[in-house]
Amino acid sequence: MSVYNQSRSRVIQIIFITILLVIIGQLLNLQVFSSKYKLQAESNALFRKVMYPDRGIIYDRQGRAILENTIMYDLVITPSEIKQTDTLALCSILGIDTSEFRKRVLTAIIKNSRYKSSVFEPLLTPELYARLNENMYKFPGFVLAERPVRNYPFNTAANVLGYLAEVDTGFLRKHREEGYEMGDYTGMTGLERQYEKVLMGTRGVKQYLRDNKGRIQGSFQGGQYDTMATAGKSLHLSLDVELQQLGEELMTNKVGTIVAIDPRTGGILCMISSPTYNPNYLTGPDRRKHFSSLYVDPRTPLVNRALGSTYSPGSTFKTVVGVIGLAEGVIDKNFTITCNGYFPGCGNGKPKCLDKGTFNLTSAIAHSDNSYFATVYKRLLDQGRYGNADSALKVFNKYAYSFGLGNRLGIDMPSERKGNIPLSSLYEKRYGSRWVSCNCISNAIGQGEVLTTITQLANVMATIANKGWYYTPHLVDSIEGGDKFDMLSPYRVKHQTENISPSYFEAVHNGMQGVMEYGTGAAAQVPGIVVCGKTGTVENYDHGVKQKDHAFFGAFAPRDNPRIAIAVMCENAGFGASSAAPIASLLIEKYLKDSITDPARKAEVDRVTKLNLIPAKMLRAMATQDSLKKVKEALRLLQEQEAVKDSAGTGESEPSEFEANPAPVKPDTAPPAKTTTPKKSSTPVKKAPRKQNTLKQEAVLPNNEERNNNRNYKRV
Amino acid sequence: MATYQNKSISEGIDWLIVGIYAILVSIGIMCIFMVEYKPDTDWLSSFFSGKTNYSKQLIFAGVCVVVATFILLSDSKLYTAFANLLYAFGILLMLATFVIGKNINGSKSWIPLGGGFNLQPAELCKIFTALALGKYLSQLDTDFTKLKSHAIATAIALSPALLSILQNETGLALVYASFFIVMYREGLPGTILVVGFSFGVLVVATLVMEPNLLAIILTLIAGAVIYFLRRSIKRDKGVLIVVLLLWVGCVGIQRFAVPYIFNNVLHCYQSQRIYSMVGKDYDCSLNKSAQKMSERDKVAKKPDDYNVRQSKIAIGSGGIMGRGFLKGTQTRGKYVPEQHTDFIFTSLGEAFGFTGCVIFLGIYALLLLRIVVIAERQRSTFSRVYAYSVASIIFLHIAINVCMTIGLFPIIGIPLPLISYGGSSLLTFTILIFIMVRLDADRQMVLR
Repeated sequence: MSVYNQSRSRVIQIIFITILLVIIGQLLNLQVFSSKYKLQAESNALFRKVMYPDRGIIYDRQGRAILENTIMYDLVITPSEIKQTDTLALCSILGIDTSEFRKRVLTAIIKNSRYKSSVFEPLLTPELYARLNENMYKFPGFVLAERPVRNYPFNTAANVLGYLAEVDTGFLRKHREEGYEMGDYTGMTGLERQYEKVLMGTRGVKQYLRDNKGRIQGSFQGGQYDTMATAGKSLHLSLDVELQQLGEELMTNKVGTIVAIDPRTGGILCMISSPTYNPNYLTGPDRRKHFSSLYVDPRTPLVNRALGSTYSPGSTFKTVVGVIGLAEGVIDKNFTITCNGYFPGCGNGKPKCLDKGTFNLTSAIAHSDNSYFATVYKRLLDQGRYGNADSALKVFNKYAYSFGLGNRLGIDMPSERKGNIPLSSLYEKRYGSRWVSCNCISNAIGQGEVLTTITQLANVMATIANKGWYYTPHLVDSIEGGDKFDMLSPYRVKHQTENISPSYFEAVHNGMQGVMEYGTGAAAQVPGIVVCGKTGTVENYDHGVKQKDHAFFGAFAPRDNPRIAIAVMCENAGFGASSAAPIASLLIEKYLKDSITDPARKAEVDRVTKLNLIPAKMLRAMATQDSLKKVKEALRLLQEQEAVKDSAGTGESEPSEFEANPAPVKPDTAPPAKTTTPKKSSTPVKKAPRKQNTLKQEAVLPNNEERNNNRNYKRV
Repeated sequence: MATYQNKSISEGIDWLIVGIYAILVSIGIMCIFMVEYKPDTDWLSSFFSGKTNYSKQLIFAGVCVVVATFILLSDSKLYTAFANLLYAFGILLMLATFVIGKNINGSKSWIPLGGGFNLQPAELCKIFTALALGKYLSQLDTDFTKLKSHAIATAIALSPALLSILQNETGLALVYASFFIVMYREGLPGTILVVGFSFGVLVVATLVMEPNLLAIILTLIAGAVIYFLRRSIKRDKGVLIVVLLLWVGCVGIQRFAVPYIFNNVLHCYQSQRIYSMVGKDYDCSLNKSAQKMSERDKVAKKPDDYNVRQSKIAIGSGGIMGRGFLKGTQTRGKYVPEQHTDFIFTSLGEAFGFTGCVIFLGIYALLLLRIVVIAERQRSTFSRVYAYSVASIIFLHIAINVCMTIGLFPIIGIPLPLISYGGSSLLTFTILIFIMVRLDADRQMVLR
């Protein structure tokens, strides 16, 4: 019997081996071929605590910190330890009800589990922090955790400095290698974004082991994989914070932008984009609220107009046309033109000129004579030696590019626009291959297809001031501890204009000085300083409807050894001489004389500050938005009212808070619903958010009180 | 006298088995140590304090050495003489659990012994059943070619299994299936194993596939078989009937029997575990016992696949070379439940990786194959049957336990032989192995 079954011992051995091989196969699959288990184990057991370094500080040219760090506090909860907490007391301090409390606890548990801490209330206001700090003993399971927050002590240069925000998934995908994690903050705009690498410092990571309930068990491998955090490096700007503040003040209630450059270095002295906002509004607890109100503002305060908007440069472009005309030899300094009201060269009576008379280059610039520059431009494009307008335009463009026009300058700020110096292909498309100079004659006076950013325009002024060279405009002068990422070397390269003799610039300087002394910019002289300037007034259209002209002014001063080149632009403000020119002159005076002391000039500051030049279309959009908001508010109040009525018959108690604090809205547009609803009171708890709503409307501009504070700061 | 005794103990003993046994027990203690280790405690003193599980296991190992020595000192004839008696005693103990049993982890299969020790008769019964089966098969009047003796042998093997199921110890009951391997060796027709295997395939297929699709496939197979056998069918209509009956049987199992078992026989959590193994969800509302539970207004326990997932993560994170001794993060973080008992393999897999696992399984393979070699060199049927029983029991334990930790088998509480923490289990395997070593030492004798 047993002999008969001997072979079965083989079978049994084979069964044993087979099953063991199957097991080994699965082990091979689990341990060798699939990496997901390793990753899951990592996320199970390793807790990476990121040690955040302090971000770098940003200083202005005098060494004043204009962007620094402060500490704010988060209220942090560990849900598993809150059994003893005095919930009611906490709720009353935070101004929430118990159902909201429970909801937040639940959210914290869902987000981070019961055993780990999560933020319960972020970025406490100082008052709230003080009240909580006194009472913390009542709230076991809660702690106040420090969080570094950016602070802008001068409340200025919002668009230049930029702001931080939490990274989103798109950002994480783009910057996969740089160690960002969900919940990290990164610079979103301005210098915060451009110099993120420098400012952020190096994060430290501490690795901890944690158990199945998320409790920390100790450091991983004795901390041998931990890294230390090193603080971010500080930036020293060429920006002058006082100039920046004065510029912002002068641009109150105007839409436009100012850029001033030190022509010797290319360092930007101020960069104003108006309307601006108090940058501190985008750091604190109400960041989101402020952001959305800024975001929907029809005046687009979040756009940096100095770089992110392009405009036709208008007559300020004539200076460039004049220089190129001299360089190409189509005119000389003594060439004259007589204008009888319009430019006759193209036969359609365009462009017109304002002052009739006979002009040479100097007086043509001083009086901004359209006819003169149309002639120059036409001659430039009709030069026989280049064959046709196509090649002649290419030559012209080469000059224009060498002034930094038509391409991105490469300033150290994100989202710079490149402007436009039109190519012949555009005209070929429009007018066929036989197009002629008359097709694009309006470029001669900076209208037409020519587009520049105001920074480019300021750079043109600097180039003219330097008689033919410029450094790429930039904000950051030096980086603490050296330029490790090689970010500043592009700003140490001197750019020369295309083969233009300095003497040609001399002629343009004469004209620009004339502008200030007897020409279009006479109203904008600076006492005691020889300023060279050029006004511009630019026709513009919105959806085909002609709007009020944009006002431009470009200038540099003093004429000899210029120290400041400036470009000012006010949207829809009319003549360049009436708004943009005085602003430029005040800024030049402020910068060169360090302060404005003459009472007459001080009065001028006040006069310009009080000018309200908000474009009509924006005013209309704002009014629409306000009334929409009011209607929504009224509807919400009505609904609340209904709810209160439904729930109980109580009600006639204290007078409405709404009447006690009249909201800053124009009474004439208030919908009728509003006057009736507030009579009945709702609960005070519900009113609290409404008060904040009314505060929010003023978020756009730093209010006067703050500005005064800043001035005090200056004197110190 | 002493020298004589020494000689008689060591004579004929297979030291290879003893060596492998010692290695495995040491690995076991090391694994438990890895699971329990805390970096900030003085492990040396806690090793001898007797309070931690690894030191307890060390004590159990000491007890086992004593027991093993006694077994080696005993007379082989003892085991044939007492086989049936012990078996009866074992069955009695198992029955006794229904009366005086203690409920541990939901199964009423333990008899409290006092002093915190509990005895699980089902564990001991494995030994007794092995002995009893050997005894029965080695009887001169047993002709194992007969159906009757098949039935008796099966009854001997499966009665403790049945009692185990009633005690809610499915895992232990499953181990008794190992006796079929022994019976196969002794002449049980191979077709029974094949049929059993096919049944298993059918059940798994039922779980994995759409019922209708599977029915179609079965029908197609039946059709193909009829087509290929059409000649023999012409000669003998009986073949056709057999094929059709098989077809009806398979479809019946697939359509009715398996769902019936899952819904009415098994508990909700058992069905869920089996379904989760093939990567599917089981709807507990179909389950009878769950319905009964919810009728009693109790929410039926709904365990997910947390255990398997964590176990697979721990093993998978080991990689090729492992994380190293005491460096397993999953083990340290206690992510795997029951890691010192049923899931002990995970700590090994994490610390020593694929290489360690292969070496470890190699040691097991060596043990199993060595036992088969030992079995085949016995003169007496009793010893051979017993040795095969030992090999099969150990094999089934390993296969089920390891497959469970790597997600190839539903989770069933069954220890890894000689490795898992637990005195009962360690003692059982020690006795099992050393009785075999004792019998092997007397392999020239014919025991009946």
